Amino acid sequence: MTTAEMKSGIDSGIKSYLPPVIEVEAENELLEVAMGPHHPSTHGVFRMDVALDGERVVRLKPVFGYLHRNHEKLAEGTTYLASMPYTDRLDYFCSMTNNWAYALAVEKLAGLEVPERAEYIRVITAELTRVQNHASAIGFLMQEMGASGTPLMYAFREREKILDLFEALSGSRMMCNYMRFGGCRVDLPEGWLERTKKIVAELPRFIDEMEALLTGNEILMARAQGVGVLSPELAVNAGVTGVMLRATGVNYDVRKVDHYGIYDRFSFRVPLGEHGDIYDRYMLRVLEMRESVKILEQALPQIPDGPILDPKSKPRGFRPKPGEAYGRIEAPKGELGFYLISDGSGNPYRYRVRPPSLINLTILEDMCLGQNVADVVLIFGSVDIVLGEVDR
Amino acid sequence: MLGEGILKGLAETAKNFAGSFVSEERLTTVEYPEQRLPQIENTRDFPFLVYDGDDAMAGLRCVSCQICEKECPPKCIYITKSADKKPDYVGKAQFYPTRFDIDVSVCMSCQICVEVCPFEAIKMDTEFELSTEDRFGGLILDRHKLAKSNEYYHQIHPTEAAEVDARLAEEKAKVEAKAKAAAEAAAAKAAADAAAKGTADATAKAAESAAKSAEGQA
Repeated sequence: MTTAEMKSGIDSGIKSYLPPVIEVEAENELLEVAMGPHHPSTHGVFRMDVALDGERVVRLKPVFGYLHRNHEKLAEGTTYLASMPYTDRLDYFCSMTNNWAYALAVEKLAGLEVPERAEYIRVITAELTRVQNHASAIGFLMQEMGASGTPLMYAFREREKILDLFEALSGSRMMCNYMRFGGCRVDLPEGWLERTKKIVAELPRFIDEMEALLTGNEILMARAQGVGVLSPELAVNAGVTGVMLRATGVNYDVRKVDHYGIYDRFSFRVPLGEHGDIYDRYMLRVLEMRESVKILEQALPQIPDGPILDPKSKPRGFRPKPGEAYGRIEAPKGELGFYLISDGSGNPYRYRVRPPSLINLTILEDMCLGQNVADVVLIFGSVDIVLGEVDR
Repeated sequence: MLGEGILKGLAETAKNFAGSFVSEERLTTVEYPEQRLPQIENTRDFPFLVYDGDDAMAGLRCVSCQICEKECPPKCIYITKSADKKPDYVGKAQFYPTRFDIDVSVCMSCQICVEVCPFEAIKMDTEFELSTEDRFGGLILDRHKLAKSNEYYHQIHPTEAAEVDARLAEEKAKVEAKAKAAAEAAAAKAAADAAAKGTADATAKAAESAAKSAEGQA
């Protein structure tokens, strides 16, 4: 490929990024509203500078960085292990999957092997995380729609059971800090598998209940169908992943594409949407919860005995060989990746997170233009972000 | 029919509402200060220092190696090493901390200090009701406040504590066996030396006496 061809390729890519221009009759009559940073719908501190023509959104500028905690630079200043608890605090709803993505990157870098039992534990905890994340994401979405309480509380009731499992396993409900390079920190406590089996057996009932509550609901359909439509081309160009991408009909799931862990051993399907609107995203989350339950039902009885940590892994004095590695997984919010460069010392030379929340949020303006201002909150909620991960 | 979905949802809510009167299982919340959920065994929040025996300061397992201070991600541990040494659980002379402070308002309960400690000296507590209006006096815990007995550790994390005790006993047995073997070897060596010295002496004496007799003969 010549430079000119490359340049034109990039140019055309950039062109498709440009948001559509909304025709305004009187530019000087626009109402500019700063939604946030303290706005109940923003899931944290996030600001949207919105220009309104009546009820219609003409421009939208997302402003973030209020929660910046210097995660990447801090990680470059400490040992590899010391960054593990900080990854819990990226997307604090899904600390288990964050741990896994980081552990995967370091394992690639240092060439560590994960024992069979640890792989199973990782899959089980990651799928439990997915269930609780999707349940609460739906709950928050309904909260933003004005269904104040009921769906969210039902989701949290179920989430609490899963968090209790995490506490029994790792010692903490949300900041698990459980995975280690080459395995997991501690073995399953006694009776944990039986309790998990019981809770997983009850999950389909909860998902049915959630669906009875919401799926056929006329208010939800009226507010969510055809709102916040994202085209597959824009989604692919912008690097959107996870439920957001699959709702547009693009078949891309890192579990199927990258074959990390032991996902090849389980039979599950990747649900796809058609319209790319909010309702598709809601529906996909419900279906993904069902698929996660399917994976859990397969993984729980199969779990073998054995060690849970690679004997080569050590807590003190860990120095991988010089090199680079990128570890990525399908986190509940999308593709979560960690890019590491090692210079042979105890600290990473470069540490970079590919946060799905931030990258999924970049197309917010394109989805919101021309919509009503009340729908902006809904579209924002359907992206399912956690500000801890967006700002890092 | 329009509104069918809403009615179906409302029926689900009504079912849950009525169910909470019938079934205890559906009541998922407790009224916290009066009612408490049972403690989950692996729960962790802030670190504490384990001591053996009755005297907290004399029995501290910490040897002030400062690994936890170095590895702590938010750097909330402050240690000053002692100038003199005291014997540890196997009887080896070790340093001890003259200052061991943990700033629990900075601590993020990650348990890295527990993992890196080679002496099983620091463990995670389950005490969470620490709120105070005195940030520096109340939340920077010194070694007197941090020291808790091994019995307490057994009480909060029974399984883990039993494992730790087994490991320490094994190590101690190993050290003692090694010491015993070393002592035996030393004794044997001493005996051998003595024997060798004895024979050498005897030879020397014999030679001496032979020389003397030769002198006498002369």
